[in-house]
Amino acid sequence: MSTRLAKTGRLVDHSRAIEFTFNGKRLKGHPGDTLASALLANDQMLVGRSFKYHRPRGIVASGAEEPNALVGLGEGTRFEPNQRVTTTELFDGLTCISQNHWPSLDFDIGAVNTHLSRFLPAGFYYKMFIHPRPFWKHVYEPFIRQSAGLGKASNPGDPDRYEHFYYFCDVLVVGGGVAGLQAALAAAEAGSKVMLIEQTAHWGGRSPVDGGEVDGQPVAEWVDATIAKLQGMPNVTLRNRCMGAGVYDQGYALGYERVADHTPGSDAPRHRLWRIRAGQIVTATGAIERPLSFAGNDVPGVMLASAIRDYAVDFGVSIGDRTVVVTNNDDAYRTAITLKQLGLEIPVILDARQSGGGALADEARALGIRVENGKGIAKVKGGKRVTGVAICAQAGEGAVLEEIACDAVAMSGGWSPVVHLWSHCGGKLIWDEASAHFRPDPDQPPKGAKGEGFVIPAGAANGAGDLASVVSDAHAAGQAAAKAMGHKPKGKAPKASTSEEAPMQPVWLMPQGAGIKLRMKSWLDYQNDVKVSDVQLAAREGYESVEHAKRYTTLGMATDQGKLSNINGLAILSDALNQPIPQTGTTTFRPPYTPISLSSIAGEAKGEIFQPIRKTPMHGWHEANGADFEPVGQWRRPYCFPKGEEGRHEAVNREIKQTRASLALLDASTLGKIIVKGPDAGRFMDVLYTNMMSTLKPGRCRYGLMCNENGFLMDDGVVARLDEETFLVHTTTGGAESIHGHMEDWLQCEWWDWKVYTANVTEQYAQVGVAGPNSRKVIEKLTEDDISADALTFMGWTEITVAGIPARVFRISFAGELSFELSVPASHGRALWDALLEAGEEYGVMPYGTEAMHVMRAEKGFIMIGDETDGTVIPQDLNMDWAISKKKDDYLGKRAQEREHMADPNRWKLVGLETLEGEVLPDGAYATAPGTNANGQRNTQGRVTSTYHSPTLGRGIAMGLVHHGPDRMGEVLEFPKVDGGIVKAKIVDQVFYDKDGEKQNV
Amino acid sequence: MSEAITPLNGARFEGLATIEDAGLTGMITLRGDLSSKEVKAAVQNAVGLDIPAQRQALSGQGTAVLWMSPDELLLMCPYAEVAQIIAALEGALKGQHFLVANVSDARTFLHVSGPGARETVAKLCPVDLSEAAFTPGMFRRTRMAQVPAAFWLDEAGTFHLICFRSVADYAFNLLKTSALPGGGVGVYG
Repeated sequence: MSTRLAKTGRLVDHSRAIEFTFNGKRLKGHPGDTLASALLANDQMLVGRSFKYHRPRGIVASGAEEPNALVGLGEGTRFEPNQRVTTTELFDGLTCISQNHWPSLDFDIGAVNTHLSRFLPAGFYYKMFIHPRPFWKHVYEPFIRQSAGLGKASNPGDPDRYEHFYYFCDVLVVGGGVAGLQAALAAAEAGSKVMLIEQTAHWGGRSPVDGGEVDGQPVAEWVDATIAKLQGMPNVTLRNRCMGAGVYDQGYALGYERVADHTPGSDAPRHRLWRIRAGQIVTATGAIERPLSFAGNDVPGVMLASAIRDYAVDFGVSIGDRTVVVTNNDDAYRTAITLKQLGLEIPVILDARQSGGGALADEARALGIRVENGKGIAKVKGGKRVTGVAICAQAGEGAVLEEIACDAVAMSGGWSPVVHLWSHCGGKLIWDEASAHFRPDPDQPPKGAKGEGFVIPAGAANGAGDLASVVSDAHAAGQAAAKAMGHKPKGKAPKASTSEEAPMQPVWLMPQGAGIKLRMKSWLDYQNDVKVSDVQLAAREGYESVEHAKRYTTLGMATDQGKLSNINGLAILSDALNQPIPQTGTTTFRPPYTPISLSSIAGEAKGEIFQPIRKTPMHGWHEANGADFEPVGQWRRPYCFPKGEEGRHEAVNREIKQTRASLALLDASTLGKIIVKGPDAGRFMDVLYTNMMSTLKPGRCRYGLMCNENGFLMDDGVVARLDEETFLVHTTTGGAESIHGHMEDWLQCEWWDWKVYTANVTEQYAQVGVAGPNSRKVIEKLTEDDISADALTFMGWTEITVAGIPARVFRISFAGELSFELSVPASHGRALWDALLEAGEEYGVMPYGTEAMHVMRAEKGFIMIGDETDGTVIPQDLNMDWAISKKKDDYLGKRAQEREHMADPNRWKLVGLETLEGEVLPDGAYATAPGTNANGQRNTQGRVTSTYHSPTLGRGIAMGLVHHGPDRMGEVLEFPKVDGGIVKAKIVDQVFYDKDGEKQNV
Repeated sequence: MSEAITPLNGARFEGLATIEDAGLTGMITLRGDLSSKEVKAAVQNAVGLDIPAQRQALSGQGTAVLWMSPDELLLMCPYAEVAQIIAALEGALKGQHFLVANVSDARTFLHVSGPGARETVAKLCPVDLSEAAFTPGMFRRTRMAQVPAAFWLDEAGTFHLICFRSVADYAFNLLKTSALPGGGVGVYG
């Protein structure tokens, strides 16, 4: 059983106990524990069930590579699934639950799958569920969905806050082990601005566990001294609990800082995403130990040799009293020696190498440990925990030579450099035969804008072996990074211990001739339950590309992204394909290195600052007066202003009736307003709009259409000429920024020699539409200036003072009534609004929203950009030839509109649609035509673009685009409804209300 | 005439940094040939300041000139003096090709001050705000989370920050959230 050791545990505070719960069970740990070490100290070997077969699984590793030990962490709104216990720091009151089992961790119904595993090989789901086709959607998928997924989704209402931080440095060093420290020091001493980040809470990586000397001091002391030195340097920033998550183009990197995961409820943000722009990036990311593939290598108690060593030294936790070590390299002997020195039993070290180990092996033997060369594990005994191992010859097929009782197995299949960050942005790898691993190819780094490498690997991440080579490699990396930044490196690398180790020997399967029964229990990917036999099957079925085999078997596709399984898996694949490993290659390494929280990516964007909400100067009044808002771009505009129990529909009808009968106000502040000024402004306006704008006189307004260079209508609005050189362009609400950009694009890129300046002054003005027969009267109450029908004619504008506020008044009409738009400085907008409401009281004034505006314009047959247009409509489709100047040589879109398809008389054209029964046509409905098209679909001959109930006419009105529409007045079309049934509508003129414009012209 | 009201109406927050509505401020967009002696003279005459270099701000007593683009400046002045300064600019530049527009009401103007000011802004804007890189008098047009923003730094270490008026609440709340106690990053100040 696993338990706490009294004397070791350099990272934990034995003097204090803290409480936590696992599946409701109250357990105790120490400050400094990870959740993993605390669980193991409480003999909680079984921590979860695997994804596919629901096999009992225990902790395998001690760091970010852990595939098995994922828990649901926290409760309620702080609940989070799939949290790795090995990287979760223990805190007082931590609660967690195990995953992927029912009804309980110890007794799991789904474990029946493991007995069916013979029938659930790789590709099982693909093969099984493809026929009959309709079954996927209705039978298989819902069933599989039930059993898929590891953790449960988190709950809404996360109370924590998150943030980003933008940081810039010359050299970013990722990894705070010996290599990272030395690289950072070398770069900093050369004068570079350095940031050093480390994913765990501790500096020094695994060197304090493995021992050795640097610069004449024990390595742990050297680490402390170097940290102190770096902390004293003003050009160095150190961050632990900050993982290098990804490396992107041109030295951009993400650092994922877990600021307050270990102190929940504190006032600090929980996670901080560092968005770092670095000149050079040094990846000192270390190496990960590989498991060995033998039968039963997933039984709880079988762990990486280095992890068992870590738990003993760092946390004072022993995994078992009797630990069998199985290895293909010398490093695992360190685990045996460490445990033996702590007084624990090592029944045997199984060294798969016929020739055995070097100096460390001798040391082990000297301690009285039995060492068996050329031997391996045939099979692990035990279910929910290890009870023993069956020993065999590595060279054979697994005939059992001896059975040895034990409660833990420490395995080591060699070490793989962590090349993820090197590879994220295109760094290539080479296969190192001697160490049987991929390491960065120094000739093919990720390249920056100038074609030069910007990532430098260091230490074990670069394939360096012993401490001496790690330190010197890291020193060189730090200096190279500084040099690339134009700094002058100085100093030599400190001396460090060397170790003479016997060469490792690749062991991809144990024993090498293992039969199918053993291979079916030899796990490669623990989390996704991929076995040696699955990869071999994939190869036999033709999945020769490593990327295909990955997807077919799901090898490396779990949340650990194959940190333990990838190399073993592709070695098995290579063997099955009878080709060398480099020819098989690796799958693609993609950021992030380990999963980062979605909240950290969202950063501050939650709650009231989830996204910007644009507010007009009158927004506060709208809110206080019950406005029913709708989003228009990032603006919130009142859709209508319901009163009391009134619904939306009633409110809209009331607002329209009031406007037509007397007086109502529209907050039109969101309309785009762009000043266009200069000697060439008229010329520019003429190419921008389809109609003639240069002839507009100061003091006058003109409605215009704007097309893009493909001829399609993109914006419309009223242009006012302010003076000889200056136009004020009104755009749609959504078009303000894009049309301004469109103007600048043409001015800067095409007509750079035209003397025109533009300025977007949309937000400078609050604009109020004053509409209705009493609109003139109410403004006259507030001004001494003359706005009579003679002084300010239709489509004219002038400057007046209203309620003491300087204003422009435009006599324009979108509602079809006598109406004005008043434009005042935004800071006075609310004052104007209030003054108009007060003055209009005698006329029953009320505000109206965007829906009333839409209905009233539709009653008048005015088009709306986004309703009558959708990016494929040209002005000619809308019968707006009157707004297309015949006198101009050119305008944007002219040439495009002459193309054959655009000039085709068969294009659908705008008409009014009047339902026979007075009902409202469904929005977007199509008019059917006889017959079917090539796809067997019903032919169509038109569609509805705008449709409303008109309270003015007491019936449904609509506009639509119809084939030869204007030539077919009076014809009746049929529009099928989504719920069945048909609405019949007659083609009519699109102007339903006041055809002669008498209302607006008074 | 009614009293002009800023969108934040004097809002203030004290945390790691102090965020405050800087109040009504005159702002005038001037587009023209920034290298011409006429523009130089007009600006000097209007606010008593020179033409700033690229990404720089020049400030005087209640006035400032900000470099917005190769052909655009933003002039800051007392709110009440805008009309008079515009008239002076238009007079001085008569016959030149230029554009002058009053944008005083189109913006919200904030001060971010105190020891946490650099970190508060660096959580939202992709700008190197280290003391070595961003020095007083520097000006940036950039992005603040999801909206456009511009700011300069004065000798006292206060950021003078401009956003569009419609997003005043959003901008204030962003800065407030970034300056909440407990959120110190520990790299600046």
